[in-house]
Amino acid sequence: MVKYIGKRIVYMFITLFLIATVSFFLMQSLPGSPIASYSKLNETQRAIVEKKYGIDKPKPVQYAIYMKNLAKGDLGTSFAFKGKSVNDLLASRIKPSLILGAQAMVFGTLVGILLGMLAALKQNTFWDYGSTFFAILGISIPSFVFASLLQYWIASQWHLLPVGLWNDGWKSSVLPSLALAMGPLALSARFIRTEMIEVLSSDYITLAKAKGANGFEIAFKHAFRNALIPLITVLGPLAAGLVTGSLVVEQIFAIPGIGEQFVSSIMVNDHATIMGTTLLFSAFLIFIIFIVDILYGVIDPRIRLSGGKG
Amino acid sequence: MKSKKWLLLMALTLVLSMFLAACGGSKEEDKPAADKDKEDDQATENPAEEDGEPDAEQVLYLEERNAIPSVDSAIVEDQVGFNVLNNVNEGLYRLNQENIAEPAMAAEEAEVSEDGLTYTFKLRDAKWSDDTPVTAEDFVFAWQRAIDPATGSPYGPFMMSGVIKNATEISEEKMEVSELGVKAIDEKTFEVTLERPVPYFLSLMSFGTFYPQKEEFVTSKGDAYATNSDGLLYNGPFILTDWDGTGDSWTYKKNEHYWDAENVKLDEIHVNVVKDSATAVKLYQDNKLDWARVTGDLAMQYRDDKEAVIEPETSVFYFKFNQERGGEKTPLANENIRKAIAKAFEKNDMADIVIADGSTPANFLVPTDFAFDENEKDFRDLSGDHLVYNVEEAQEHWKKGLEELGVDSLKLEILGGDTELSKKMDEYFKSQLEGNLEGLSISLKEVPFSVRLDLDTNQDYDIQVSGWGPDFQDPISFLDLFVTDGPNNLMSYSNSEYDKLIEDTKGELAVKPAERYEAFAKAEKILLEDDAAIAPIYQRSLVILQKPYYKGLVRHPFGADYSYKWAYVSGKK
Repeated sequence: MVKYIGKRIVYMFITLFLIATVSFFLMQSLPGSPIASYSKLNETQRAIVEKKYGIDKPKPVQYAIYMKNLAKGDLGTSFAFKGKSVNDLLASRIKPSLILGAQAMVFGTLVGILLGMLAALKQNTFWDYGSTFFAILGISIPSFVFASLLQYWIASQWHLLPVGLWNDGWKSSVLPSLALAMGPLALSARFIRTEMIEVLSSDYITLAKAKGANGFEIAFKHAFRNALIPLITVLGPLAAGLVTGSLVVEQIFAIPGIGEQFVSSIMVNDHATIMGTTLLFSAFLIFIIFIVDILYGVIDPRIRLSGGKG
Repeated sequence: MKSKKWLLLMALTLVLSMFLAACGGSKEEDKPAADKDKEDDQATENPAEEDGEPDAEQVLYLEERNAIPSVDSAIVEDQVGFNVLNNVNEGLYRLNQENIAEPAMAAEEAEVSEDGLTYTFKLRDAKWSDDTPVTAEDFVFAWQRAIDPATGSPYGPFMMSGVIKNATEISEEKMEVSELGVKAIDEKTFEVTLERPVPYFLSLMSFGTFYPQKEEFVTSKGDAYATNSDGLLYNGPFILTDWDGTGDSWTYKKNEHYWDAENVKLDEIHVNVVKDSATAVKLYQDNKLDWARVTGDLAMQYRDDKEAVIEPETSVFYFKFNQERGGEKTPLANENIRKAIAKAFEKNDMADIVIADGSTPANFLVPTDFAFDENEKDFRDLSGDHLVYNVEEAQEHWKKGLEELGVDSLKLEILGGDTELSKKMDEYFKSQLEGNLEGLSISLKEVPFSVRLDLDTNQDYDIQVSGWGPDFQDPISFLDLFVTDGPNNLMSYSNSEYDKLIEDTKGELAVKPAERYEAFAKAEKILLEDDAAIAPIYQRSLVILQKPYYKGLVRHPFGADYSYKWAYVSGKK
């Protein structure tokens, strides 16, 4: 196991390195200069400013410098936020996104799992159809529609929670989290239902029933556990996406998060910030995939991580 | 009996509501009339300006569309940055409520030498927020820092070159920074030597780039200078707090050290970045904001709202006709083709129906309500309309142009922005131009702003929808753009007569205001009517929602957008 984890961590760094390399050169091919005021500067200034940011050097040299700094954990200096380090920029903006993403993930998955189990255990009843309908709604309606609806009714009309902004403690986080939760909620409900129905009809459940295990035990200990595997596979990447921010929901609720910042930095060619955010996203994703792989083994001991014998 | 009472009540309500509605209506109609009477600020003030004692609680909640990239006066180059600077710092002059530059850090009007080349400013007893005095040295340091090429200031050389003595040479590293034409004669006397007489020099003094900076503080902060609200000294009406350098919120607090603090009524202004206009409107309706910009499609919906204010801006938008692309002449090098296109699209409908945010059609380059001659007469009254929509004339020019080129059809590209509004406008241009000019086919290229700048710099376009907002109050701010090889020309337009006129206004006419304005009018006519080098489209307006109790906000036609110095809250429930 230790060996496996060690190997995985090495792979993770290699992946990150490759992502950094590819995105570095892709970004260089973006049209436009990262220096917003380029047209206002004279030749002398351009030269000085380019030198200051190190973009006067040939691309391979720039790449080498970037990778060297990256190894030290330094993501460089933002072009748009004058003189500020990308590390600081990301640090100050990741928090709201993390909070919203985590809340949405936990709430969405838990409620989704409950709905899915309910549907599976009460197959072809009102509960089943109800939760399926709900799940379809959740999957087909984009989160920003939910966001707008929640904002309009709960905040603008009934004044129960703030319309937006990030200055009212936990209250500020409720509506955006709910809007974001619809995705994982619907997905979990559907997956759990399908998997549980399949598992419930398999031989070992029949055996368990024959042995006299009660319904609750069967549902949780046997059926649910097996139904989790495919769910975790899809939830992993979804979680990475959620905690790293959602552009639209952040914009609708005026949340100072990272998703929104990512898009702005692309619009203004802020190379350092684009790179930093891309790498952060990738690191999250890779890490979560790693966790998911470890979880497989915990949930289902039949899945072996290290290729040992017996 | 009961039902009768109800009837009476209903009738009464009806009458009352009609009366109230009528009142509301008349106010709405009053407003545009006031707009036309020049004086930008009249339009920006709320209709109910006259009355109102300030409330006990003086706190406002405002929005910005973007975070603050920087508050270092040498580095600032964006709208938000300049707006913040204008409210937390102060230069020698400040634009007053009538948008006229009046002494601020300067104690009195500057003393100007007879040749118009030397300005001497006596500083008032003003203090920085750390309780130290603002001195002439602070101005010398800040200005030298802004022109120093090592600072990489976008506005330093842009504003100072050709204006302040030796600025151009210093920015090109041909002279030492210390040779800039600025001098601290004593602690409270600051002297500036100009390269040439600059009639609008005093209005420049209100611009952010010319604000003072205290050397000791800047040096001690090093790289951390102005990167958060603790990294800056304040000498303006407010101080900045709760700004972490990259965040989406900050607060202005009244600056007790400000020399005119007794006239500053607001205690606190809380600002949040709200990028989405619909969200801003919802926050406004939920009383979380006292003021909100309404942009995009919403502008049309809210421009007639009873709390809406239409703020005319001084940004003008126009087609740039590129005459040379990739080393070859384009069809737009033909004067008749340019004239045909410039006159072939209807501007009123475009402003009213397509843009629909109160923007007005433009038949000029220098905007209305912006520059005034010595008798306070609007430059527009001197110069008149050019390139007015006229299909017959357009078609004549078109026919002639095609003959001269020896073709019977043309394919041209319009380069525009990628916002909703730009796309809508581009579609309108395409249908108008293709409909009115036979044989013309237009392809649209819609790209983000940074890409458009790049294509502009490389002169890689046919027709570009472009705009300009002035940095100081003088027609030259616009007309200087199109001199031969000017850094913003970038379309290979060249007319020696035009160049000569513009050169004259900087030289011999600099001290003759009336003739200078005539020369500007002549130059504008050459640029538009005679050469159709560019084709004006519209002058922009902004729809604002502003609570009736938010009073005294001053909007500026150039430089920073707003002054909160005189703003206050009155009658908030």
